[in-house]
Amino acid sequence: MMDYSKLSLIEIRDLISSQKVKSEEIIRFFIEKCEKKREFNAIIEIFYDSIEKAKEIDKKIASGEKVGILAGVPIAIKDNILYKGHRCSCASKFLESFVAPYSSTVVKKLLKEDAIILGRTNMDEFAMGGSCENSCYGVCHNAVKFDCVAGGSSGGSAVAVAAGLVPCAIGTDTGGSIRQPASFNGVVGIKPTYGRVSRFGIVAFASSLDQASPIAKTIEDCELVLKVIAGRDEHDGTTIDGCNEKTTKTRFTLGVCKQVKADLASTKYSDKFLQTLQALSKDFDIVEIDIPHIENSLSCYYILAPAEVASNLARFDGVKYTKRADKSIDLEGVYVQSRTEGFGKEVKRRIMLGNFVLSSGYFDAYYNKAKKVQRLIKQEFKKAFESCDCIILPTTLGEAFKIGEKLDDPLSMYKEDLFTVPANIAGIPAISLPYAKGEKGLPLGIQFMADALKEDVLFEVSKRFEKLHKEER
Amino acid sequence: MMGYLDKFDIVIGLEIHAELSTKTKVFCSCKNEFGAEPNSNTCPVCTGMPGALPVLNRYAVELAIKASLSFGCKISPYTVFERKNYFYPDLSKAYQISQLVYPLNVGGQIVLDSGKVVRLNRIHLEEDAGKLTHISKVVGTLVDYNRGGTPLIEIVTEPDISSADEAVEFLKKVREALMFEDIARCKMEEGGLRCDVNLSLKPKGSTEFGTRTEMKNLNSFKSVQRAIEFEAKRQAEILFEGGKIAQETRKWDDDKGKSLAMRSKEQAQDYRYFPDPDLLPIKISEENIENVRKEMVMLPSDRRKIYVEKLGLPEYDAKILTSSKYISDYFETCLKTFDSPKKISNWIMVDLLKLVKEGEEFVFPISEQDLACIIKMVEEKQINKTIGLQLMEKVIETGKEPLTLAKEMNLFVTISDEQILQLLEKLKAENEKVVADFKVSSEKVVGFIVGYVMKNTGGKANGTRVKELIKKVFD
Repeated sequence: MMDYSKLSLIEIRDLISSQKVKSEEIIRFFIEKCEKKREFNAIIEIFYDSIEKAKEIDKKIASGEKVGILAGVPIAIKDNILYKGHRCSCASKFLESFVAPYSSTVVKKLLKEDAIILGRTNMDEFAMGGSCENSCYGVCHNAVKFDCVAGGSSGGSAVAVAAGLVPCAIGTDTGGSIRQPASFNGVVGIKPTYGRVSRFGIVAFASSLDQASPIAKTIEDCELVLKVIAGRDEHDGTTIDGCNEKTTKTRFTLGVCKQVKADLASTKYSDKFLQTLQALSKDFDIVEIDIPHIENSLSCYYILAPAEVASNLARFDGVKYTKRADKSIDLEGVYVQSRTEGFGKEVKRRIMLGNFVLSSGYFDAYYNKAKKVQRLIKQEFKKAFESCDCIILPTTLGEAFKIGEKLDDPLSMYKEDLFTVPANIAGIPAISLPYAKGEKGLPLGIQFMADALKEDVLFEVSKRFEKLHKEER
Repeated sequence: MMGYLDKFDIVIGLEIHAELSTKTKVFCSCKNEFGAEPNSNTCPVCTGMPGALPVLNRYAVELAIKASLSFGCKISPYTVFERKNYFYPDLSKAYQISQLVYPLNVGGQIVLDSGKVVRLNRIHLEEDAGKLTHISKVVGTLVDYNRGGTPLIEIVTEPDISSADEAVEFLKKVREALMFEDIARCKMEEGGLRCDVNLSLKPKGSTEFGTRTEMKNLNSFKSVQRAIEFEAKRQAEILFEGGKIAQETRKWDDDKGKSLAMRSKEQAQDYRYFPDPDLLPIKISEENIENVRKEMVMLPSDRRKIYVEKLGLPEYDAKILTSSKYISDYFETCLKTFDSPKKISNWIMVDLLKLVKEGEEFVFPISEQDLACIIKMVEEKQINKTIGLQLMEKVIETGKEPLTLAKEMNLFVTISDEQILQLLEKLKAENEKVVADFKVSSEKVVGFIVGYVMKNTGGKANGTRVKELIKKVFD
């Protein structure tokens, strides 16, 4: 059997659609791969019904029936995305036995294009965390270096792609949860403009920031899959139309944020970043931009996101679909005991934080103030994009850290999101691409951000960057 | 007891919840209907399944705008849905989608019959919760989410109401307007209209408000009346004896006829309201409002005025005819066939309304055209009223047209003067007492004589003609 694990999603798709390989063979190959590489703990459940689905697609192709643009291709989904009849647990003990009663719009759109959902990927519980260590299924391991973290919260999705267990996996990004693990494992991950992808059927973390999107080996794969899952959805009132077609622009200006540069100055990869900028200056115009409040993004995020968490996660109360604590005696007991037993430490921390910032007397000082700062940051980004097409910055401060290293230091863990969170706060699209190797050969990611609705620019700039960068190397 | 209350002014503010009469729920496409099999009208959205998102039913917004136009509120150009967070098993998401800072409508008023103005503070849109049924300790409590997510408007008044009677009158006026425009069905026995009462007392003439209590979920006019009377008396007694009113929420027990403390101010929940990130703020344009206004029918108060001033009906008639949009529309349609307002009003009030049960939804069993046609026959003396009523019954029974039926039943064959005269002569000859009585007071016996003729003609004689002929024979 050929080794399909090195191929991109588009390459696999072409093999299937040109009838060189059957989808069934592809699916069986990746299932075997997932079974062999269980030690990564990236895929927490293989959906074996995918074999039957592959056979159906093969039949369709053989009979000359028209098939979708993802026909027969395996895609894994993060464990917070609902796929009817399949388990969806958000890596939480609370939802361990929850079976999705309906499918998310993302899954429906993938299935409509005849993609095959191969399984669900590991994550930080309810998508809260930056290392994929807060999972009821156990820690997910870095694809490049086993004793390092996968990154989070979509760690399972990034590792599954990087380790060749699946050509593409859908993750979700609320503060960097796609881009940071993509960067830690040397793959591509994009977070689109807020509203681009329907959130219907994705277990909410912070509703005003959450976006689902693909993690894959190539920019083109991400572009294709995003195109499939994007667009207005009658079940999600915050959605917008699908992405623009390819941009007609031929020359692009990259902005380097003054404040980010200052942050980087004291870090070990500052030079690497500056060298890269230097190398790009022939093909791009590079300007310095000013986003004075960019550094407040993180504090804004850790007020707004927990506030929404506190409310979004209140429905997990032991009354309905979640596990009910055995010892509960009265109603109050059902709530307290079930939630105490069901939620992990990090989730509890954020629920408490969220309820605090929403409580009377503190609402204006925290929530409303954070909302004001958010508006300010949005305006500053808008203004910055008047003088550049994309902003370039590292995805993270450094490479993947050791498993367990930051577990007892939540603030240092929160700082992992420093460079990714601004895009969520501003609602703009951002992509992380592999660009260098750090210490111990661990991958580092470079990040591009574009103005809202400008995914076309983002993809074009990314492709040019990759081309130049490959030549460089 | 009244002695205590005499020393105080009662200050009442109401919060009224009315279920909107939309076909579907406010944030999903499940049916909005009462009495269905438990949990049959539910979906991932209204059961609060993980990942489900609310999508606003624009029709609910239109109905809420209609309500505002009825009460003269100012409709906000920008309105926001917020989450009211609290745990309770009937609340599937553990938050209720409601409005706080930017309600749909502000201001407005309702004028009582006395001319007193009760100002509205706001009307906002929100979703209802499900329903719990406590079975037993062993079985536990069951929850039905059918009602969860049905649209409600909450109407909040200023503290302008000063008696139980005023409160009930106000409620009735609200109910009438909502039903008239088909904004809400207002079935109180189904919880379609519920009322919270905020009540405080202040020394007579004082401008300073006292501490108030809140009574929740009163769902009949009678319970509102009784609850207010009870609570005013209770507070008066405490205050008279130098006590203090505790700010608390009280529960009205209709069976026991008293209210009991539910929770104090200190136990009050912090609802941690914040804008719902799943629902974008709504912008309402002048054009939106105009479109709603165009659809609105004339209000009962306006119709009543026309009925009295233009159609010459007594106030009483006008009030009954405008008690529902259905009756009012029915009346007006009748006029198109036979333009005699008072006659038609009489028939509707006396002969039709007794056919339907009060308080229930009804449709008159005869069409406007058929009824008007029968009334016309009676008024043109083709048939008399008794026959007219029989004809109406027959129309209802068979569904045939009145004219066809009247012909079939031979109702138009009238009795000739000669036949009447013959009967009268016969009576005169046989019944001396009648003759004698007639001489004393003709008025008293005319009725008896007419009855005699009718009895012997199967009711087909023309009453007026009979009376004329009586004079000829007996005078």
